[in-house]
Amino acid sequence: MEYYVVSLLNGTIYGLLLFMVSAGLTLIFGMMGVLNFAHASFYMVGAYLAYTLQKLLGFWPALVLSTLLVGVIGALVERYFLRRVHKFGHAHELLLTFGISFIIAELIKLIYGNFPVDYRIPKSLDFSAFTIFGASYPAYRLLMGSIALAMFALIYLLLTRTRVGIVVRSAIYKPKMAEALGHNVPMVFMGVFSAGAALAGLAGAVAGAFYTTNPNMALELGIMVFVVVVVGGLGSLEGAMLASLLIGLITSYSVGIDRSLADLCALFGARAWAEGVGGLMTLKISSLAATIPFAFMLIILLVRPSGLLGEKE
Amino acid sequence: MCMRLENPLLNVQDLHAHYGKSHILRGVEFHVGKGEVVSLLGRNGSGRSTTLKAVMGLVPPTSGHIKLDGCDLTGARPYTVCRAGIAYVPEEREVFTNLTVDENLRMGEQPAHDGESKWTFDQMFEYFPRLKERRNTRAGNLSGGEQQMLTICRSLLGNPKLLLIDEPTEGLAPKVVTVVGEVIQDIHQRGVSIVLVEQKLAIALKVSTHVCVMGHGQIVFEGKPDELGNNQELLKEWLAV
Repeated sequence: MEYYVVSLLNGTIYGLLLFMVSAGLTLIFGMMGVLNFAHASFYMVGAYLAYTLQKLLGFWPALVLSTLLVGVIGALVERYFLRRVHKFGHAHELLLTFGISFIIAELIKLIYGNFPVDYRIPKSLDFSAFTIFGASYPAYRLLMGSIALAMFALIYLLLTRTRVGIVVRSAIYKPKMAEALGHNVPMVFMGVFSAGAALAGLAGAVAGAFYTTNPNMALELGIMVFVVVVVGGLGSLEGAMLASLLIGLITSYSVGIDRSLADLCALFGARAWAEGVGGLMTLKISSLAATIPFAFMLIILLVRPSGLLGEKE
Repeated sequence: MCMRLENPLLNVQDLHAHYGKSHILRGVEFHVGKGEVVSLLGRNGSGRSTTLKAVMGLVPPTSGHIKLDGCDLTGARPYTVCRAGIAYVPEEREVFTNLTVDENLRMGEQPAHDGESKWTFDQMFEYFPRLKERRNTRAGNLSGGEQQMLTICRSLLGNPKLLLIDEPTEGLAPKVVTVVGEVIQDIHQRGVSIVLVEQKLAIALKVSTHVCVMGHGQIVFEGKPDELGNNQELLKEWLAV
């Protein structure tokens, strides 16, 4: 029981964190169609900037400022790099952003060293929200979850209820026509890219304090957010939320399952055979935990290529 | 003719444009005065649509000049051209099928130019009551005729001085064609100048104050509608299918 409840809580919070990072990628890759491999690097930059700034300004101002700064970096990357290669297609975007992600990672190592930095939750936020099965549950996890939910509501309302949202949705869909109606589409694209980067930066600033802030954090999360966007369906914000939660929960639960396919075979009296085969049959689910989201993506792509809630193929 | 040249609203001079290596516009020259409706006529491939696209900034001109009210718009980006006062109704309609009718109309809104009256949503719904009924429908679910109405309204809400309309009646039911023709005349009466590309000669001659015939990427005739209507030789050479 304890395992189920705690895994549910942790999985949900991890899912919400995934959403915070993939929300930006949903805008950039899912809607604008820009293949941005450096997206998780913005997440990492957000964490490191917040780490540096909170020593000078305190936690909350650092959170805000690092989000804004990452937004500016995003705008510069779009304006001076991506815009130039966009017309050549995805291969160029992939190579360019792959390069940018390497440059960012190496710069971080150069400045902060190739090891985790001591970015911690501020004392004022380091308390327990409630006690569950004799263990206290950190309030900061709930804060991360709430920020992600607030972010979801904000983007959703912005896109569906405001004129800016209408312009963004039409500029992404038919850029030339939107421009012929008097909207500065290149500027809109830069704005969306910058906002997407800023969201990743905010996620990094928030999550970096809880998990570890190290030069590999972009790599660890980078692939996973692509999985989220693809599973959720390109361009679907709700899909990204659903996929994030599913992947969060799957990861969280599978870590605790010490069973293998051989145990399943045992139900039919075939344990000895299964153990004889070995390999995949005897691997425990917990040791496969990191792979399961990818298997999940594979199945989704086979069964429903447009993703859970996506309309584009 | 000379009166027209003195103070044109739109002045296109020696306009050239290419699609890749093919030379589509080969020195197009024409003028549109304030309050005029100028029809561009010609066979498919004569460069009429490309002329509109080049004026709008959607096809970059390789040389020549485009001026609106004396202000040079050659090579300007489409949003600059739009804000200067030119609106465009494309042949393909290009409605945002992922948005509702209402959202499509809001996309078209631009502030009015100094001293000019503003087009309102209510006027649009007066022209086409059907759009009001379907306000909250996704534009992708509209019929071809409704999409055409939507496209015209969307561009009018930008409060243009000059409206470029490409094949507005193509593929529409005869009844809708009549309505669209009447709306174009009404827009003209309210002081908006129009450049019309129209396949149906009868409509073009009826609504236009001037006509230009295009062939091989150039203007080969310019004059009054009746001058063209009475010139069988010209009609046969440049317009007969």
